[in-house]
Amino acid sequence: MSFVTELKRGIWTDNAVFKLGLGLCPALAVTSSALNGVGMGLAATFVLICSNVAVSSMRKIIPSKVRIPAFIVLIATFVTVVDLVMAGFLPGLHKALGIFIPLIVVNCVILGRAEAFASKNPIFHSAIDGVVMGLGFTVALLVLGSVREILGNGTIFGAGILGSSYIPALLLILPPGAFLAIGFLLGGMNKLEASKK
Amino acid sequence: MKELSRLALVLTVITAGAALLLAMVESVTRDPIAQQRRLVTLNALKSVLPPADNSPDQDTVSLVTGKDKKGNDAETVFYRGRQGEDVSGIAFTVVAPDGYSGNISIMVGIDPVGHVSGIEVLQHAETPGLGAKVEESWWKEQFKGKGLDNADWRVKKDGGEFDQITAATITPRAIVGAVRRGLEFFKAHKAEIIGGA
Repeated sequence: MSFVTELKRGIWTDNAVFKLGLGLCPALAVTSSALNGVGMGLAATFVLICSNVAVSSMRKIIPSKVRIPAFIVLIATFVTVVDLVMAGFLPGLHKALGIFIPLIVVNCVILGRAEAFASKNPIFHSAIDGVVMGLGFTVALLVLGSVREILGNGTIFGAGILGSSYIPALLLILPPGAFLAIGFLLGGMNKLEASKK
Repeated sequence: MKELSRLALVLTVITAGAALLLAMVESVTRDPIAQQRRLVTLNALKSVLPPADNSPDQDTVSLVTGKDKKGNDAETVFYRGRQGEDVSGIAFTVVAPDGYSGNISIMVGIDPVGHVSGIEVLQHAETPGLGAKVEESWWKEQFKGKGLDNADWRVKKDGGEFDQITAATITPRAIVGAVRRGLEFFKAHKAEIIGGA
């Protein structure tokens, strides 16, 4: 298992959002700007790495009957850590992400990886899995956030790029725009895949 | 029975460990979070008040300004900026309940004559790209120097002199109304606000 093939798996072939359809709720809700997308992605990545390592290291002592509550406690702990640290040191991002930080607890990417991967694999592999799946999630949110911010507001990371003559398609940064953007992105990715074959 | 106690033991150990970790993180982040909260208030105060050489968040007076939903008295904190002994400005938060989407809270700064020295939108859930433009400084600037005696406190569409925002009249109308009510309260209770302890 080389890191590069793993990375490709996380970002492209098994991308949590685009390919597995996991974690769509935060992916759609916070991506009204590229910065929010990256912030949410990195927060979720941190939680994912920590929870994968913790679940993997305790996989032999956690009885399978209580594994889900045990996983949720572990995940909730790391989410609260992120919440507190962000509130103390990154207040701007904390304000922008708001309710979606606590909601990382129920992000199915994280519980999904704990159940499908970390509970069956050694610690190091689980950590790598957390890194690549988290990066894949972050890339997906960055792409979605960028598309919506560029088309919907004419800016990227807050900097104007399309000039004042461009009339922003506001719809894209409103909730319906999230569905439209991900729909077209998925369509484009599928076409790209199909044309390769 | 033996298995049941094992399940309980594992879950207890995991939650106890989680509690320990959280207690540690909380104790580290408690001060930075309190600091950030204070900073948010201080920055808002600084941007709305005329120059002051004291700490306005330490020099406050609370007055009953209305009723909350349960019918109890609702208090508003009035922050006093001073230069030397003289009050150079008063700042307080007004809430516009009639925005497009939820309450809008606005920090208003007033000079001793009763003219607005600045406003800052603290919290809102208005539509991004439309109503949310009230956060932009060109819109907030137009309040400066306006008082009950020298301005018509309505948006232009209603015959007043405040710019509405294209495709979003409700938000500016709500804010103009809330600031006007704040000014009226200040006029009626000026002695208590400036002189009170």
